[in-house]
Amino acid sequence: MRTSRGALLRYLALRLVLIIPTVFILVSVVFFFMRVIGDPITAAQGGRLSPEQLEARRESAGYNRPVLVQYGEYLSQVVRGDFGTSFSDHRRISDVLITNGAATLELVIWALLVAFLVGIPLGRLAARFHDRIADVTIRSFAILFYAAPVFFVGLLLKLLFSSKLGWLPSSGRASTDVQLALDRQGSTTHFMIVDAIRSGNGEYIADVLKHAVLPATALGLLTAGIFIRLIRINMLETMRTDFVTAARARGVPERKVVSRHAYRNALIPVVTVMGMEIALLLGSSILTETTFEWKGIGYILSQYLLARDFVAVQGLVTAIAIVVAVSSFLVDVINALVDPRVRY
Amino acid sequence: MAVLDPTSVPAVRTPPRAGRKIPGLALIRSTHGLQRAMLLIGIGLIAFFVVVALLADVIAPYSFNAIRGPDGLFGTQLPPSSAHLLGTTVGGMDVLSRIIFGARTAVLVVLLATAMSIVVGVPLGVFSGYVGGWVDRVFVLVTDALYAFPSLLMAIIVSVMVSRGQSSAFGGIFAASVSITVVFVPKYFRVIRNATMSAKAEPYVDAARVAGARPARIMFGHILANVSQSLPVLATLNASEAILTLAGLGFLGFGIEPTAAAEWGYDLNKALSDVTNGIWWTGVFPGIAIVLIVAGVALVGESLNDVLNPLLRTRGGATTADEAELEAMVRSVATQPTMTDTARAHAPPSEQSPAPPSSDKEGDER
Repeated sequence: MRTSRGALLRYLALRLVLIIPTVFILVSVVFFFMRVIGDPITAAQGGRLSPEQLEARRESAGYNRPVLVQYGEYLSQVVRGDFGTSFSDHRRISDVLITNGAATLELVIWALLVAFLVGIPLGRLAARFHDRIADVTIRSFAILFYAAPVFFVGLLLKLLFSSKLGWLPSSGRASTDVQLALDRQGSTTHFMIVDAIRSGNGEYIADVLKHAVLPATALGLLTAGIFIRLIRINMLETMRTDFVTAARARGVPERKVVSRHAYRNALIPVVTVMGMEIALLLGSSILTETTFEWKGIGYILSQYLLARDFVAVQGLVTAIAIVVAVSSFLVDVINALVDPRVRY
Repeated sequence: MAVLDPTSVPAVRTPPRAGRKIPGLALIRSTHGLQRAMLLIGIGLIAFFVVVALLADVIAPYSFNAIRGPDGLFGTQLPPSSAHLLGTTVGGMDVLSRIIFGARTAVLVVLLATAMSIVVGVPLGVFSGYVGGWVDRVFVLVTDALYAFPSLLMAIIVSVMVSRGQSSAFGGIFAASVSITVVFVPKYFRVIRNATMSAKAEPYVDAARVAGARPARIMFGHILANVSQSLPVLATLNASEAILTLAGLGFLGFGIEPTAAAEWGYDLNKALSDVTNGIWWTGVFPGIAIVLIVAGVALVGESLNDVLNPLLRTRGGATTADEAELEAMVRSVATQPTMTDTARAHAPPSEQSPAPPSSDKEGDER
């Protein structure tokens, strides 16, 4: 017992240490990729300013120094938690990360909720009725969920529920008046739903929830497709193991075999895949947020990219790299604790 | 490699097709029931889009960037009619023509991106896996870092870097392909590197070494021939993702200039504002095109995987390619350095990496 705990700790320590090179590599790759285009000022203002003005601006910002010096300076900034200030609207990137990061996190949580509610029961159903109509139908849906880009699903949802039926709002996180009222409330958490609940106003809560339905469904269905496949395949595999056969032989009813034995074991990999999903969700959230004008990290990032504000882009991407590295570490920790089968 | 589907993306060391009766027939024969239906639907969809891409000039009623015909301007946002079967866009272009030419863009980008990913990723994987040691560790660390990063985001950054305002049709297509390549190289690298790790312990490699073959010959003669078997499957699976990445880039405005080539993702972005006014034809049709081509490629990929990788097949053909990929994903998520099961089997016990859930079916719950 003792040795295995030691091995576990050693493994986790190694994973923790590996975060550093991972982040370092990503930050470096992004820095040099961005610099291939040129320095941020030339990229943003090139053509709009005279060469002399451009040169003066570059000099005052320190972009005329050797790239390696700037690289070292950037690294030391990042280590101190300073991601710079955006060039186009002079916002501190760390502020952008908090404000817009909360919005993205809120969207991702809603989407995961949809994914669980849709994906797990359907995956379970498909496994239960393996190779029958229900299974084939559900699997076809899973392929469609995969094949449909999240922005196309979003467009269809907007078309149907917002434009044709008029049931749900088509964009934003809340109606303008609700947004203003919540902002006026004082200390905001940036989580719209938390702010709405704190206001105690039922209408506000309903408004915020209504705005979340379509984006969460678009992003959630994408993830649900993955959950369906994962749950289905894992249940089918567990159903073939000896302990399930043994349970059946003991006379345990089939329904109980499915729910007790197969289903519970099939849930473990969902935890693991959710770790992988964080990168996918962050990537897809750029598309979802653009589709629904949901002002999260992805939305603001594509705005900065289009404005060629590469100081902001670099800061945001660096922060995303850190989030990805840390969250993949956390998933490994959870995974090691949850699943005794993980070997070290 | 005995059977290759005619529509599969070119793989390294694809045997010449000449002299074969009907390529792919053996593949179709080896399937049954539902699997065959999936494969045939997939092949049909891909063939359809390839034909459309090839004959775009002939079948499209107008050019992809035409805004006027013989009778003057088309008019903007016109609903589907006999003159414009699928209506016109907000920019006054014919939707049908843009979809047809969009197929050409998609097919070109997928072919280019897949070819480039294989050319870069495969030799790198063979080299890293064969040489081993710290070189391998560094490669694995770098590719794992890139692999963990949101792929669309990486593609965006690379596309901004590569394109730098180029707007020629080929420049745009090339830029998009390079962006997708950067995302895919780590994927090919991982698979090939892991396969090489296990292949290099095989007796035939020792035999070649004893016989005096030089490392380059062992790597790219003996090992490559053996590890490249997974390429057709990998390439098809990645092709569907390549199309989605291309569409995502276009949707966000980092893809191909609209005047240079037709691209479905870009059109969908422009259609977003139409939707609020109830104009559906500008968005729905390009979207359906994306869904159909991606589903087609995914269906073929799954079937190819089932047939060509009997190792992945479980009783009753329950495991499809994507599911196998998911399983691999589950398995690899906590492994550092990552190894496939076969590689793990060859590794000394002390180096065994943690194997999350699904890998130890025999041992669980006892």
